[in-house]
Parts: sequence; structure tokens; C-alpha cells
Amino acid sequence: MSSENGRAALARPQAQPPLQREQARTIFQKGAPGRRAFECPVADVPQPEGEELLPARMRRRRPPALPEVSEPELVRHYVQLSKRNFDLDSGFYPLGSCTMKHNPRLHERVAALPGHARLHPLQDGERAQGALQLMWELQQALAEIAGLPHVCLQPSAGSHGELAGVLLTRAYHEDRGEQRRKVLAPDTAHGTNPATVTMAGLELVKLATDARGGVDVEDLRAKADPDVACLMLTNPNTLGLFEPNIEEIAAIVHGVGATLYYDGANLNAVMGISRPGDMGFDIVHFNLHKSFTQPHGGGGPGSGPIAASERIAPYLPRPLVSCREDGSFALELEGPKSIGRLRGFHGNYGCFVRAYAYIRSLGADGLRDVSEAAVLNANYLLAKLRERGVAEYLPLAYGELCMHEFVLSGAPMKRALKVRTLDLAKRLLDFGFHPPTVYFPLLVEEALMVEPTETETRETLDAFADAIAEILQEAAADEQLAAGAPYSTPVRRLDEVSAAKRPVIRQAL
Amino acid sequence: MLASIGVGSVAEIFDRQIPAAVRLGRPLALPEAMPEQDVYEHLRALALRNVSAEDELCFLGAGMYDHYVPALVDMLCERSEFLTPYTPYQPEISQGTLQVMFEYQTAISELTGLPVSNASVYEGPSAVAAAAYMTKLHNSRRRLVVSAGLHPHALGALRTHAHGYGMEVVEVPLRDGVTDLDAWSEAIDEQTSAAIFAQPNFYGAVEDAATLSAEAKARGDAVVVASVDPIVLGILASPGECGVDVAVGEGQPLGNRLDFGGPSFGFFAAREEFLRRMPGRIAGETVDVDGRRGFVLTLQTREQHIRRERATSNICTAQALNALAAVVYLSWLGRRGIVQLGELLLARTHYARRTLAALEGVQPAHEQPVVREFAVRVDADVAAVKGRCAREGVNPGVDMHALSGRPEDRGVLLVAITERRSRADIDRLARTLGAAVAAEREAVVL
Repeated sequence: MSSENGRAALARPQAQPPLQREQARTIFQKGAPGRRAFECPVADVPQPEGEELLPARMRRRRPPALPEVSEPELVRHYVQLSKRNFDLDSGFYPLGSCTMKHNPRLHERVAALPGHARLHPLQDGERAQGALQLMWELQQALAEIAGLPHVCLQPSAGSHGELAGVLLTRAYHEDRGEQRRKVLAPDTAHGTNPATVTMAGLELVKLATDARGGVDVEDLRAKADPDVACLMLTNPNTLGLFEPNIEEIAAIVHGVGATLYYDGANLNAVMGISRPGDMGFDIVHFNLHKSFTQPHGGGGPGSGPIAASERIAPYLPRPLVSCREDGSFALELEGPKSIGRLRGFHGNYGCFVRAYAYIRSLGADGLRDVSEAAVLNANYLLAKLRERGVAEYLPLAYGELCMHEFVLSGAPMKRALKVRTLDLAKRLLDFGFHPPTVYFPLLVEEALMVEPTETETRETLDAFADAIAEILQEAAADEQLAAGAPYSTPVRRLDEVSAAKRPVIRQAL
Repeated sequence: MLASIGVGSVAEIFDRQIPAAVRLGRPLALPEAMPEQDVYEHLRALALRNVSAEDELCFLGAGMYDHYVPALVDMLCERSEFLTPYTPYQPEISQGTLQVMFEYQTAISELTGLPVSNASVYEGPSAVAAAAYMTKLHNSRRRLVVSAGLHPHALGALRTHAHGYGMEVVEVPLRDGVTDLDAWSEAIDEQTSAAIFAQPNFYGAVEDAATLSAEAKARGDAVVVASVDPIVLGILASPGECGVDVAVGEGQPLGNRLDFGGPSFGFFAAREEFLRRMPGRIAGETVDVDGRRGFVLTLQTREQHIRRERATSNICTAQALNALAAVVYLSWLGRRGIVQLGELLLARTHYARRTLAALEGVQPAHEQPVVREFAVRVDADVAAVKGRCAREGVNPGVDMHALSGRPEDRGVLLVAITERRSRADIDRLARTLGAAVAAEREAVVL
């Protein structure tokens, strides 16, 4: 045992089941030739030999070297692997900007009903009325939540929704005979905003942040000119602050004929309280996998529907679901000014089922309760951290209160205790917590972005505050402890530099 | 809690931050809350208004297929440890997800015969658009030459995205059911960034992938992109063997359910030279401070959260759970299973085409080899024929004209075969379709 392990064992003994620390072996390194789980259905039709069915030059010469394992081996392998993950069902996951709220299991059950799960996307509309109704109802509900009249469910995730939004903006301007080239976004924006602007063929112009943590209105005024197509804004922003000047911002943007785009990553703060449409936004994307509690699956699937104002609606992607006069539902495939389709079929329907179940479970009051509790929990955790003396080392970057999340700066902690935000995050792993988002937004030095969500109890928030306070205390006594963390995880700190320098991205066979 | 914060009410927290003019001030106009059991009944009632592949004999395909998903896929995907974490930003506590990605990348690399794979993109059609964007970053050319054999949704998604990143899309027609080789060669020049085709194509025909690739190289050194159906790669020459540079496709056939079109996943594999321009997450192998083998997200300097406006893609959340289903499914099939299954699909598809072609008023739409799906021309109104079959509990396939809008697709029916459709099922399809076509022709004459 290394001295660091010894120190950690004294500091915080955590027994690990032995298999979690076994040397990793992939499924390709298990099994034996000829072993299999799959039993092929019997060949009940003639199987002609030779080239009658497929010419030899079209045939594969060497079969793909897939694993050769039995079903028990297969199950055991992936169950063991799963135990090397930390997950939301096991513990607190205050990952800022990601809205890691509880995922009700009802949603999995209803999404798995054969009428939803085994429904083919090209089934005739008349024979998929339940699905079309569900999509239509979801469109209506999202429109009401956004405060905008039209919704298209198609985009596959938030960044896909962003791309749709910028393409919509382009189509809107082009239809008016204008070729606007610039898109404004604050320096606090998610990385997907600038990346989207480039993919949509436009040019990013960054806006500064003012002393209160909002958009620098003077900078906006200076940069808002007739070549601006759009301003992309997250509100509350990535500092967890509601834009205090949102009305003025909207007036400036609309004043130069540009559109206002709402990045819905932080919608969980304002559902039923304040609507993007009422703030002056023209286009909104939702993250059903955040605000509407899709399980995140270790990195997807997500779903990124968009809402739009009347003037943007003609350009929306198709298909949309419409309700006919007789109360039946249809896919609307054509739109003369539509930007076209963004993907196959109608979007991530399985995610729509879950989001719709969530909205029907909560109703209007429930959704408002969600946002109130999310904001209450964030402010309580912030206050609790202050109470525990954490603010001396990790002060709030901007403001006094916050919305559903807050951003601390670890700069004083780094100077006084020689503990970087990264070290704090890694040490939190030993305490059984998923760390908050680190080093984002970029303008906050040693940023730590905390989003507790509404589904956590006060006891959990207290325990998390205690853990941070304890880590700072132990750092004062032993400044190397956090730097060596984590100690209790299936693997410890990994060499990311050599992984990128000499990439090994598949199992050698 | 309020006392700790120093406010008198929750409302005060909002009032101090949100300007009054943009507060809603009324409840949302949404239905009332419902208890869990009522929501279940409501969602069940909606499900019952859909006719799923559980309710009829289904030969629908055209991108998504009713393959059997083994029970262990559901069980593993429902595990909290895989279902509920976020993207693995903290590798020390995400080795499960990261190793799954690494194994998935290995499986896709094996299937496609290409050395590098990412950890998934959204789905098939947008994967084609993502591949085209990568070729633009690679060679800075602005022209995309695309076979009309691509799925109409892939063509549509490509046009939408290409308009954004500023590329021109040139469509090459089919001849005898496959990409017209002369037109293909003629369309490709030195300004062609990528030459894109589907394998098998939208009409079920197996393309001569090696010749299409060789021509694209010879004519303009274009990057060759193929959109491939992964389920038949046990028997069909792999993209890598055929000289393809980038293979993408719809992953749904690999252990993912239909879900009325999503979520599924797109796969994305390429030759080594494209590695640093690939979109999306990539897991890489490394060691920890104790020398223990581990996995991390790697080459992240390509990605939006680091590179921002200079990123190779804007993708963030992709389809990790669907990719897990795929690698579990492929491990379940195994090295022999993927070949056996391919042979079964090939033989049954051949049998089905021959059987349907023997019907009065039904002809194959082309004579090219087919492996899992085939198009037939029906001498009657397809929608009406489908309606008649539906009343007998059979969904005979996809009305191609309704999907593509192309005049030449009028009267074309696309029939998909999976291992769930036995010989007896195919015989029933033939009886039902034959009777429906006959009845429809008779009805029209009268």
C-alpha cells in the first residue's frame, strides 16, 4: 500500500468490494472460441449455396471478431462493469448545468409498453393515433411552458436544438433578403453555443459579462448592429443568475432586427414562474433530459425540442404534429419555407413519452413547485456552505442569492490551502458524492458550479456542505491529501495526457 | 431553510432576482396533476391506440426494423448504474460507462472494418450530415456528391445541415436499382469533398461498394462515405474492405427498440487519419497513478466544451445508453451469430422476394442482390393495398412514394425481413398481399 493510501485510510476508511478494483478486462478478452449466447432461429427456407444470393465479391471475407461468450458470462461482465459507475440512484449528483434530478421509474415502465416501444415510425398515422396525440399534447404543454405558440419536437438533444435555432434564424433573415453573419453570445455561454454558430455557417461575437454577472449591456449596445442575426442567451445564465436587464437586452436585440435565442439548459429554475416568450425570446430549445427528467444514460439519449414565435414558425423543421378538426392527429410533412428535416423520423419519441408522463404527473402546480424547490435548495446549500465557513475559501463568484445553481470560485482555496478545485472535486469522490461541474464557466477562476436540483433532501444538502467543510479542514492539516485523491474509487487519477498523446481507442485483438 | 438563507419566503428569492414584468403571475394552463397509477393508465390507453409490431404481422423497415431484442439488453440498460449517470466527466467513478464506450468502439470498428470509432452520434440520417461536415474540415472542399439511393431522411438531413455549413449537394440518380456508375463518376471532381452512398441502398439493393469507392478516389480523391446497415455486416463486405473512408449508419437494428423512431443511435467509424476531426465522445485507454488499467474521455480538444467555436462538432449529449444496448447485443450475437443471422436474413429475404414476385400484379422493382429488404412494384394503389392487408392483420411494408415523394416511387412497396418473420409469416404475407392486389385491381376495373 502506498503512503498516500495509508494516509487516506486514516483520514477516511472506505472498504471497497474487491472486484471493483480488479484489473479491467474487456468483453473481448473474455470467453472462448465457439462459446455463444445467441440461438439462431431455424433455417426454414431453402439456403442456396454459392453465389446465387450474393456475388462473392460482395461477401465479407473475414467475419468481425465479436466476443464469444455465454449468456451468464455476458451478464456477469456488464453487471460487474456497472458497479464501477457512480450513479444518481446511489447518491448526490450536483453537476451544475446538468439538472441531475431523480428519474421516476414510472417513466421507464410506460415507455416500455409495446404500444410505444414496438411502434414502427412508418406506421400509418391513422394506426398511430395514440403516439401522435401524445406528441401533440407534448407540443402544447411545451408551448405553454415556453410562452411561445409553436413547437417542433424533432431535434435529438440540446445542441441539435441549438443548431435548429440558428438555422431558423438564418432562414428567417434570408427570407427577408438579409444575409446577417454574426451571432452574439456571452462569454459565460455553454461551449455548444459557439460550436453551433460555426456549424450553422455564421460567426461568433462574444459579449462581456458585467460586474453583476449579467450581460454587459454597454458591450451589447456597441456590438448590436444590422449584421447581427441573433443573440444566444441562457437565462438564468451559467452563473446561476437571472439576467437583471433581460427586458433591455431584448429591446436592443429586436431593435436591430435580430432574434433572441433561449438556451433551455437552465429552464428548471423558472418553470411556471417566468417564460422565455414573455422575456422576449423568439426561439427556445428544451433539454427534456434535464428539466423533464430523462435518465441521462451515461451520455444520452437526450431530446431537444424547440419552441418558436409566430414570425419564426414558418421555418420550423418538419414533420410537426397537427390536430385536425375532427379531433384526430396527423403528421404535417411539408412546409414551403421549412428549413427541412434535421434527422430521421419524428425525433426521440421514447423521450417524449417520459417527458409527457412527467408533465402529467406534476401538472401546472407541480412544475412550479419543481422550480421553487430547485431554487430553494440551491440557496439553502449556498447559505449552509457560508454557515460552515466555506465562503472564506470558496466565495460565490457573483451576487448574493442564486437561482437553481450557483458558481463558487476556488481561487482563495488554491492560494491559502494549495487545493485546486480539481483536487476538491476528486476528494469529494472519497466522500461518496459526485462533484459539481468544475472549471466552468470559464470567466470564474477555479470555478465550481453546483446544482442540487429539487429532488434532494435537506439532510443530503447538509451532508454535502459538511463534506466540503471537512475537506477544507483536512487540507489545512495536510495539504497533500486532496492532491492525491481519490483513494477509494475503482481506479485513481488517470493519465489523461498520455491517453490523448498516444490514443488507444479500441481493444487490440 | 428560509431562515438560513435569510429570506421570509420562497417568493422573495424570486422577487429579488426576476423583474416583475417578466414574471408569469398566473398558473400555467396545463392539466391537473395525476397520481402515478392514473398516469400509467393514461399512457397505457394511448399505447393501445397504436398498432405496434406486437399487434400485426409487420414487414415495415426503411431504416428501422423489428428485430428481437434479447431480455438481457433490457435488464442491463435498466440498471441504475448505467441508466442514471451523466456523461463520464469524472473517470474515477465512471469506469463502467467508459469501458462500455471502449468496447462499443471496438465492436463498431470490427463490424465496419475501420480502425477508429467514436462512442455514438444521434442517429443514422444526422450521422451522414456529421460525416459530411467532417470531410469539409478535412479537405476544405464544398461539394457533396450523394447517391439517390440514400434514405430520403438522410438526404433531407444532409441538405438542411449542409445549407448551414455551406456545402452544395449534388444528387446522382439510380439505374437498375443501384447508383448509376457513369453519373457517379461524372459528378465527382476535384472540388468534391465527399462521395456518399448507402449500403444496402434505400431500395434494398446491395451496391458495388468497392467500385463506387474506387471511382470516387480516382475521379477527385473525394472522401468516400457509406451509410451502412450494421446488421448485415456479418456477411456483407465491410466498408473497410471496400475502400470506404468513413462508415456511418443507423444503429437501431443492433439491440434497440423501435420507439416510433427514436431514441436509437448513429455509429461513426473512419480511417485513422480522421481521428482528430471526428465528432462526439471517444473513450481511450490509459493507466491510473497506481498503474491500474483505466479508461477516460480522450481527444477532448476536438470538442465544444474545450474548443468552443473551433470545435469539430457541437454535439454534447449523444446516445450512450443505446450504444450500451448495441454492444451487449453484439456480444450476445457473437462472432458466429452475426454471420448466422446474416445468412438467415439473406435466405429469407431472397425467398420472400421470389414468393412475392410470383404473385399476379407484383414485380421486383429491380434485379440487384438484396440482403434484408427489397422493393416490389405493385400494379395497384399501394395505400389501398396496404389498407386491405391491414384489415387482415398484415402490414406488408413501406409505401415508398409516401416516404420519398418521388414520382418514380409510385406503386413501390418496400418489404423488410427480420429473424422474427418466419417462412410461414412470409407465406401469409404473400397470400394476403396477393389477395389485396387482386381485389384492388378488380375494384378499380369495376
